[in-house]
Amino acid sequence: MTKLTLSKALNEGLRKALENDAKVLIMGEDVGKLGGVFRVTDGLQKDFGDMRVVDTPLAESGIVGTAIGLALRGYRPVCEIQFDGFVYPAFDQIVSQLAKLRLRSLGHVSMPVTIRIPCGGGIGAVEHHSESPEALFVHTAGLRVVACGDPAEAYAMIQQSIACDDPVIFFEPKRRYWDKAEVDIAGGLAAALPLEKARTVIDGTDVTLLCYGPMVRTCAEAAVAARSDGRSIEVIDLRSLSPLDTETIFAAVRRTGRCVVAHEAPVTGGLGAEVAARVTEECFYHLESPVLRACGFSTPYPPSRLEDHYLPDLDRVLDAVDRTFTY
Amino acid sequence: MTVDADGAVTAAPGSPGLDGQQGSRAELIQLLTPEGERAEHSDYPLELSADEIKGLYRDLLLVRRIDTEAIALQRQGELGIWASLLGQEAAQVGSGRALGPRDMAFPTYREHGVAWCRGLDPMKLLELFRGVSHGGWDPAEHRFHLYTIVIGSQTLHATGYAMGIQRDGAVGEDGEAVIVYFGDGATSQGDVSEAFIWASVFNAPVVFFCQNNQWAISEPLERQSRIPLYQRARGFGFPGVRVDGNDVFACLAVTRKAMQAAREGQGPTLIEAFTYRMGAHTTTDDPTRYRLASELEAWKLKDPIERVKAYLVRTGSADLAFFEGVESEADQLGRRVRRACLEMPDPQPMAIFENVYAEPTSLLRSEREQYAAYLESFTVEEAGR
Repeated sequence: MTKLTLSKALNEGLRKALENDAKVLIMGEDVGKLGGVFRVTDGLQKDFGDMRVVDTPLAESGIVGTAIGLALRGYRPVCEIQFDGFVYPAFDQIVSQLAKLRLRSLGHVSMPVTIRIPCGGGIGAVEHHSESPEALFVHTAGLRVVACGDPAEAYAMIQQSIACDDPVIFFEPKRRYWDKAEVDIAGGLAAALPLEKARTVIDGTDVTLLCYGPMVRTCAEAAVAARSDGRSIEVIDLRSLSPLDTETIFAAVRRTGRCVVAHEAPVTGGLGAEVAARVTEECFYHLESPVLRACGFSTPYPPSRLEDHYLPDLDRVLDAVDRTFTY
Repeated sequence: MTVDADGAVTAAPGSPGLDGQQGSRAELIQLLTPEGERAEHSDYPLELSADEIKGLYRDLLLVRRIDTEAIALQRQGELGIWASLLGQEAAQVGSGRALGPRDMAFPTYREHGVAWCRGLDPMKLLELFRGVSHGGWDPAEHRFHLYTIVIGSQTLHATGYAMGIQRDGAVGEDGEAVIVYFGDGATSQGDVSEAFIWASVFNAPVVFFCQNNQWAISEPLERQSRIPLYQRARGFGFPGVRVDGNDVFACLAVTRKAMQAAREGQGPTLIEAFTYRMGAHTTTDDPTRYRLASELEAWKLKDPIERVKAYLVRTGSADLAFFEGVESEADQLGRRVRRACLEMPDPQPMAIFENVYAEPTSLLRSEREQYAAYLESFTVEEAGR
């Protein structure tokens, strides 16, 4: 085991993927010499060359569009979108091309393309650098959407995403890039959870708290804090946002009878809405209260001096938990 | 070549210089005149045997027949829509026949002539326009990618594919190259400019083949560009050339040269095939609302098939029996297309859930089961009546 930051764990995962499969390529803005603005690709171009770790022109549609062409030629491109708010120029290529080529070709074509997107707020950034656009991609059939929450998860999930024959939108919680944890980079991935499975982070009996990405740590901290009030919160990291691991979600909610979903993205039309609808449909007679959501407001992401108000923190998560006991 | 001079000539919207044939400095490569007379160009020497020319004539005539039949099928309600290639046969057959078996082609949705040259069964095209599939062919089989309907997106796919060729070390002697088709309207798309940039800075082996058919549905070329389209290449740092898109010889020669340059590692070329969309944008369109009949009449005189026929007759390369033979083959093809279209079965409802992911997700499995049970409930009801 090695203690690594989440950023370094991703770096090690990418390195493994490049070593294990000569068809894996990394492409994006500043991913080469600079090693990416968050240093996730640090040193990879030096070791694997500029034909495999490619500094691209500054156009996101071009990055994803050419990745599609490379995938058609048999490559496994890993695209870096520098910031969440920069993915929209590539939206058309992702939604209309990448996600649909398997169906368009009746299964003749696979699109093993991974698109890494640093997401979320909390780093005091300017506009377009703190967004959580995952629901836009979850709504698009043909894509897998995942979010990693800690270094060990990041290390395994990035490799699984690259090995996956479907396109994967891979969200990285940018305010957790510097979080450190033990990661086993010597062993293989045999023991890793499958990419589409949710993970129980903390066991609990009173309420199920569903989260992903940057909110995993917040929710784990909330669960620890709630113990002093005698409340037992079960924290589940969804990991896969599309497809959802409904089996794990339903089993958990049937046990606890209460469910809160936490995410940074705006609450309206967000993943919490999808989870709430499905939980209500499948666990109706087990529920002691409505499914509640602790999420970003239905507003654009605010200027950073206000982001602490926007981001659901430990207290807002616990407030939602408390409210499930008032019905 | 300087953009300023041409820009000055062509700056005013509606300027006659824009079409490059009425006094502008835009050069048009032509090897066969509309009257069917052979022309020479020192940069594009072309030697074709009589049999090769007859082969091109046959291609042109057959793809036009597929097109005619498809329009009729749409009018009879058998196809949802059809995008006619009428008038663009030479651009497509000339460029399509310039490709080697290992080259890869990326079409838009009107490249029925290129599909024909690549050996794709026309039925696959009808499947798409009938609504049976979104294409469904294997791009690797004929090295002909799926039709891309969103304008210009495929230029990036082609460029990425060409970057893959580079990474496979397949540039140089015996190299491979890519050709990508798009129209004059697509040149306004950001993706096309991005593809030009990528291809240029990575020196990718890709040929950009723009069929300038003068119209993007109802919008004339001057709404897309103030300069001749081929001249855009200069700004991106690679050569551009304008070819008579109704001249199958010139399209063949110019594309051959550009593809060879790409295969050898000399990077991209933009070819602007100057042609005309003789029909509507698609069968849902009504061009009488936005363009003059006189324009169509003028272009009819430049028909891409008539000039080859005139050349074959003039040179005594083909006799009446040849022309009758091709006509008869076209009739047979038309009948085959019609019959196959009418006999084409609709897909099964459960096909909706297939080919979304490599393996169906549990969510899709459950939606599929639920919908199957729902459909089954009607059968049970019927049986119970």
